[in-house]
Amino acid sequence: MSLPAATLEAATRHRLRAWEALPWLAALGAFFLFPDYLAFGTQVLVMILFALSLDLVLGYAGIVTLGHAAFFGAGAYTVAMLAAHAGWNEPLSGLAVAALVAGLLGLASGWVLLRTHGLTLLMLTLCTMALLEQAANMFSGFTGGFDGMPGLAFQPILGLFEFDVLYFRMQYLYALAVLFACFIALRVLVHSSFGRSLTGIRENLLRMHAVGAPVRARQVLAYAVSAALAGVAGAVFVQATSYVNLAVLGLERAAGVLIILILGGYGRLYGAFVGALAYLLLEHTLSKAYPTAWQLGIGITLVLVALYARNGILGLADALRRRWRER
Amino acid sequence: MQARRLWGGVIAAAALAVAGGASAQTVKVGVVLPFTGVGAEFGQQVDRGMQMYMKLNAGAFAPYKVELVRRDSKNPSGAEAKTAVQELIAQEKVDLLAGFIYSPDAIASAPLATAAKKPMVIMNAGTAWITNLSPMISRVSFSMWHAGHAMGEAAARSLKAKTAVVGYTDYPPGKDSLDAFKRGFETAGGSVVDAIPMGGPGQVPDFTPFFQRAKDKKPDVFFVFVPAGDHAVSVMKTYAALGMREAGIKLVGPGDITQDIKLQSMGKDAVGLITAHHYNADLDNAANRRLVAAWREEYGADSTPDFMAVQGYDGMAAIAHVVRTLGGRIDAEGAMKALKGWKYDSPRGPISIDPATRDIVMNEYLSELVLKDGRLVQKNIGVIEAVKDMCKELKAGKCAQ
Amino acid sequence: MDLASILLGGLAAGMVLFVVSVGLSVTMGLMGFVNLAHGGFAMLGGYAVVLAMRHWGLPFGAALALGFVAVALVAALLERTLYARLYRASELDQVLFTIGLVFVMVAGVTLTVGPETQGVQLPPWLRGQTDLGFLKYRTYSLALIAFGVLLMAALWLGFERTRIGAQIRAAVDNRRMAESMGVNVRRLFTLTFALGSGLAAAGGGLGAEILGLDPQYPLRYLAYFLIVVAVGGLGRVSGVFFAALALGVLDFVLKVHFPKGGTMFIYALTIAFLLARPQGLFGKRA
Repeated sequence: MSLPAATLEAATRHRLRAWEALPWLAALGAFFLFPDYLAFGTQVLVMILFALSLDLVLGYAGIVTLGHAAFFGAGAYTVAMLAAHAGWNEPLSGLAVAALVAGLLGLASGWVLLRTHGLTLLMLTLCTMALLEQAANMFSGFTGGFDGMPGLAFQPILGLFEFDVLYFRMQYLYALAVLFACFIALRVLVHSSFGRSLTGIRENLLRMHAVGAPVRARQVLAYAVSAALAGVAGAVFVQATSYVNLAVLGLERAAGVLIILILGGYGRLYGAFVGALAYLLLEHTLSKAYPTAWQLGIGITLVLVALYARNGILGLADALRRRWRER
Repeated sequence: MQARRLWGGVIAAAALAVAGGASAQTVKVGVVLPFTGVGAEFGQQVDRGMQMYMKLNAGAFAPYKVELVRRDSKNPSGAEAKTAVQELIAQEKVDLLAGFIYSPDAIASAPLATAAKKPMVIMNAGTAWITNLSPMISRVSFSMWHAGHAMGEAAARSLKAKTAVVGYTDYPPGKDSLDAFKRGFETAGGSVVDAIPMGGPGQVPDFTPFFQRAKDKKPDVFFVFVPAGDHAVSVMKTYAALGMREAGIKLVGPGDITQDIKLQSMGKDAVGLITAHHYNADLDNAANRRLVAAWREEYGADSTPDFMAVQGYDGMAAIAHVVRTLGGRIDAEGAMKALKGWKYDSPRGPISIDPATRDIVMNEYLSELVLKDGRLVQKNIGVIEAVKDMCKELKAGKCAQ
Repeated sequence: MDLASILLGGLAAGMVLFVVSVGLSVTMGLMGFVNLAHGGFAMLGGYAVVLAMRHWGLPFGAALALGFVAVALVAALLERTLYARLYRASELDQVLFTIGLVFVMVAGVTLTVGPETQGVQLPPWLRGQTDLGFLKYRTYSLALIAFGVLLMAALWLGFERTRIGAQIRAAVDNRRMAESMGVNVRRLFTLTFALGSGLAAAGGGLGAEILGLDPQYPLRYLAYFLIVVAVGGLGRVSGVFFAALALGVLDFVLKVHFPKGGTMFIYALTIAFLLARPQGLFGKRA
């Protein structure tokens, strides 16, 4: 007796499939095919990592947050301040410290905030992020405030590979390597029993309580890990662009990553890839072609996707694939 | 048949080769401005100023052609501007960069200009130390210190004020403005009794609480800096609504608060406001009269150029100067040399670029708002000539590098 | 610093927040729909008022009424055609839709009217100062306070004393029960949504004098509206009223005494409050 296709797929999702090499090959291919677009490419990679971190907490743990840029910003400012004030500008160790700082922040705020849910939780995450933004402005002596900290310089990676100011070649490969490493870790996490319990929490909270699963603890842990990953994304962002300012903590960035994840499809890791690429590419080409009207195009796209493509682009792809199978 | 096609191909190839060489006579300028988002109307003003220059000075670039490649810098976070600049340099292969409304945009882009050796003409961003960030940067707009310091001096000397309260939006241009005014005012004998940060640049806060606090200190003069735009109108309304003029407190500020495109919506409450700035649309000189007339004809009788428009205008003049001087082939060293010491008769009066700092040197006009035929008009009550950026002159704070 | 001026200033600001946010609270409480485009309706209302006054010479009051009606109609139309399709969708799809809608509104206004800030010319009787005897205060602020109180009274009466009000309250508390009692919940949704958005529009027009009006309005103030709704408790008009006033006054006081710390305190206090009382002032405990 063979299992229905959907069940089979869900049960074997943790196995590596051949097509999963595609995104990485495509990213490497882009490096060689589009050498003039690597600054943009780096932004896409950073955004993918950020969206992945959000997916862990939103797609897998079911926690809706409008304040994830708080952790992105925490990682960003950690690296920037280490470089500017403590002279510590070795990139890889900077990443580690940023992850730690952001992760601790996530742990603390998650422990406090995750007793609430719904609109209340949403507002609390938003307020926490806004609070950090205001604090960064208040201590603008350290953070550079609105104008930011220009001229951050970072040592070559592993002492060998120097960041390339003009063409962003090394930045792109660095971001890609970091993304790869984080993705592997995340994939393992998500398919582990911890990850599965998160899905359980998201799908059926009552049952999880009933079986005695440590729900709160799992949620807070997921939140902390997600925060650490977001911090890494922020750190890479600063190292690649050698500049930071308050916008890394802003609502625009937090809302942007949320849109990207929903657009791509949440709860399935690859939604982050698809969403980031689709959204940023659309935004980029539209704003070049119609510098004043591109926002209209984006808005209409989002409305259409929300109405007709439930669960984002990947959801749409799934629906199409199912329809194809059923004919 | 075959042979003809072959010849056609050869001729076409030859033509392309010649055209490729000839296109060195088209100068490509990358323009980075916000065309969407909070800065959209400023981007529009600068862009229009640039186009006005080309319209009124059609022969300025001859026999070379100039091509403007526009990119939207979107929000003032610097990241978008940096990506845009990178693409302008790497893909579009522009010869020069221009624009930059917000300081973060210019700050983020400076290292790219240095690395690629592309002259960068700043047409707004006012943080004083920006010009120190790269030897490729020249600025035709202003530094916060130009107007701030001048207003401080004028408040003490011309307006005979002894005490002042400063209200400023809490971000670097605001703090710059505070420092500048304070320096100018206190050097001329006055004393600043309170400095009130009035919220961030993102939202237009309700100014009532801050103005209430200022009113209670009873200063002679209340110097207000807010970002050009929505804030300014709110400032005027709050000043009137709290009856501060009746309480004997004069409202002064840099011309950012009397931006010409916002002026008429301020209404009668604004009469008596005194500002110091390098430009307002009512300046009486030949070049400005010509600009204003042409502007109204092009964009409508209710429209007006403002200080941002004139910065776009003068920026194009500077670029034209570079293009002519270098014979259409732009190289970084030659361009910077041409810009340093450049002089021009702008609609804002005589301007020049200081060879030492690559920043602008220009007049600061003291003006008072009066009502004339039911419209608000700036009446000139004083001039300080050839003002430099005092921050760099005095090596104050961050300008000391 | 005298207490009366501070109180009045804060109350006036709070009233604007109230007028705009009350619609959001009721629709979110009733329909369970996350409508991030609410600020967009406020903006459209503001623009309707400005344009009606400028191009048709309407007086301020009439323009406000026009804005209310026009936006209410547009909202009703959008609700029937688009919003209704997403009632069963996930929260996140609703977020995506409403953000997309805001973008369309913002871009639409920028392209048709322009990116500049729009100013409202108040009629002479609303300008200047009024002498209250013990204090002279800004007339417009006093007018806002009066309007807010009247609106609150009208809404309270509407909810407590009319049949429709009772139906709305019932549906907010327990939709299934209300449906099984014969309440036409679908029609209620449209009506409430239209009313709430119309009020937002009026709030946009009223607030233009203090908060400004430009295409960025919906995104800039979204956080404030959501805070007021969360603190007030979903679906509770009285909750929104007191939350908005509290926020307005607190904001004012903090800015006078600690202009440096400013908004930080508001966020900190909101966090503290919501942690202590997650359901808001008058919301029901989940």
